[in-house]
Amino acid sequence: MFKKSMSYMITLLLVTSLALFGAGCVGNDAADSGSDGEMQSIQIKGSDTVLPLAQAEAEIFMMEYPDKTVSIIGGGSGVGIAALIDDEVDIAMASRAMKEAEIENAQANGVDPIQLTIAWDGISVVVNPENPVSALTYEQLEAIYVGDISNWNEVGGEDREIVVLSRDSSSGTYEYFKEEVMEGNEYRADALINPSTGAIIQTVSQNPNAIGYVGVAYLDRTTKPLAVDKGDGAEEPTSENILAGTYPLARPLYFYTDGEPTGLALEFVEFISSETGEAMVFEVGYFPA
Amino acid sequence: MLDRKRKEKAIESTLLMVSGVTVVALFLLCFFLFREGYLLFGDYSPISFITGSSWYPSSSPAKFGLLPLLTGSLIVTAGAIILSVPLGIAAAVYISELADPKVAQIIKPFVEILAGIPSVVYGFFGLVIVVPLLQDLLDLPTGQTALAGSIMLGMMALPTIISVSEDAINSVPTALKEGSLALGSTKWQTIYRVVLPAALSGISAAVMLGIGRAIGETMTVMMVTGNTAIIPGVPEGLFDPVRTMTATIALEMGEVPQGSDHFHALFAVGSVLFIITFIINLIADSVKKKYRLKEAV
Repeated sequence: MFKKSMSYMITLLLVTSLALFGAGCVGNDAADSGSDGEMQSIQIKGSDTVLPLAQAEAEIFMMEYPDKTVSIIGGGSGVGIAALIDDEVDIAMASRAMKEAEIENAQANGVDPIQLTIAWDGISVVVNPENPVSALTYEQLEAIYVGDISNWNEVGGEDREIVVLSRDSSSGTYEYFKEEVMEGNEYRADALINPSTGAIIQTVSQNPNAIGYVGVAYLDRTTKPLAVDKGDGAEEPTSENILAGTYPLARPLYFYTDGEPTGLALEFVEFISSETGEAMVFEVGYFPA
Repeated sequence: MLDRKRKEKAIESTLLMVSGVTVVALFLLCFFLFREGYLLFGDYSPISFITGSSWYPSSSPAKFGLLPLLTGSLIVTAGAIILSVPLGIAAAVYISELADPKVAQIIKPFVEILAGIPSVVYGFFGLVIVVPLLQDLLDLPTGQTALAGSIMLGMMALPTIISVSEDAINSVPTALKEGSLALGSTKWQTIYRVVLPAALSGISAAVMLGIGRAIGETMTVMMVTGNTAIIPGVPEGLFDPVRTMTATIALEMGEVPQGSDHFHALFAVGSVLFIITFIINLIADSVKKKYRLKEAV
């Protein structure tokens, strides 16, 4: 009489405990070694900015070497770096450099982070096409973003209140812009925080008061990119200017590995700087390192 | 005979297991949420968390002030409730008491479809249609305001409010209505004085469910309210950008270093949200019980 219900119970217990343990084990099989000791599969995790590039590269790479697997997960630079610190991934993607504290954390865990620049990303300041302003200096940009300038007529535009758009604080671009343009000062308190680059493009395209920043790869006809002047004259965010290094708002995108990359990780990094790999960098909208 | 008993036992224990898992999951969730949130207060004073008026999680020193997020959530929710409750109850009364059954048959599935639309679609609609509309109509510097959030949330809460209130109104005994009509009341008097009071417990539950949905909603609100962490004034804050607790968690969870103060601060915000939702449920429950007693008498 009790047998059947007991067996039900036991089955259920088994299933649930398996599910729980299974969930606990995810991420521990990162360093999957082949029989000859060479890694045949690597795991990469981190920045959402680097994600489309790494993914495109991985697809081409795996087509060329069908027996090798490169699996890639986004989640943000911080997530990738945390995973590297905990030795859960082979490569961490980051759109910012690791912080002092993070490097110390890693070393305390016996991980020795090595930084590799795999590409450059241009950041473009965008306004609505209706806006007559077409260039801003770093000082003007900073004053707009910290709140010292709040009307377009102070920078040669129409008499309109400036609506300042920013990314959220978990974005690598948010931190890059803050360090590069605002000298580490805090964004004005009433800046509109947008959850994604797409939302910034959308808002700027329909609001003549708005100003925002986006990756150059996202530029389209609905917004107008501004020329930016860091003190050496205003420069347009064109690919020529970014590659020549004259456009000031360009940042490196990084891979981080534990020690110098070896095995499949090394092969993948070398593939990205190969001719095929560099063509892919351009195609995704970034610039080769 | 014995076999059937055995089967029943098996079903019973299966159900027990399933509900047991639910309870355990909830407790574990609470435990981790509160523990991670509590860790913030090792480095950060709880008083400045609760009374702080600025949220600067990544500056140094970081500021984790709950007030702008809390008031942001409250103003968006209040706006949503003000918009959706009268509309929802009116629609429920119309569908169950006034509408031609054929018309009601057409309206009902539409309301249900409204409930099934994913919130990101509402958010996109809000960002592309409602936000520019508000910006033009009210001549605001930006349409990404608490009001935009309230309108979208109100729209999203409507199906819940309509269908739950409608159920409540439908379950009012016909004898009550007939009695009222027999005494010479008009249809309107009957609805206003008899049907609505009798259905009040269900309607209150509907409103509470609506509030619960509104305060916990994330995606749509994040897309249309501008996410500016400033304490809004009342009522003019409706026309300013605001940031809610849910949007803050969603926006910042992505890249926050695990185990940092910022990480724990987001869990602390989550704990506050959990407590608020819990209180709303308690109130809804007690309201239900109170009116049920009255009905029984």
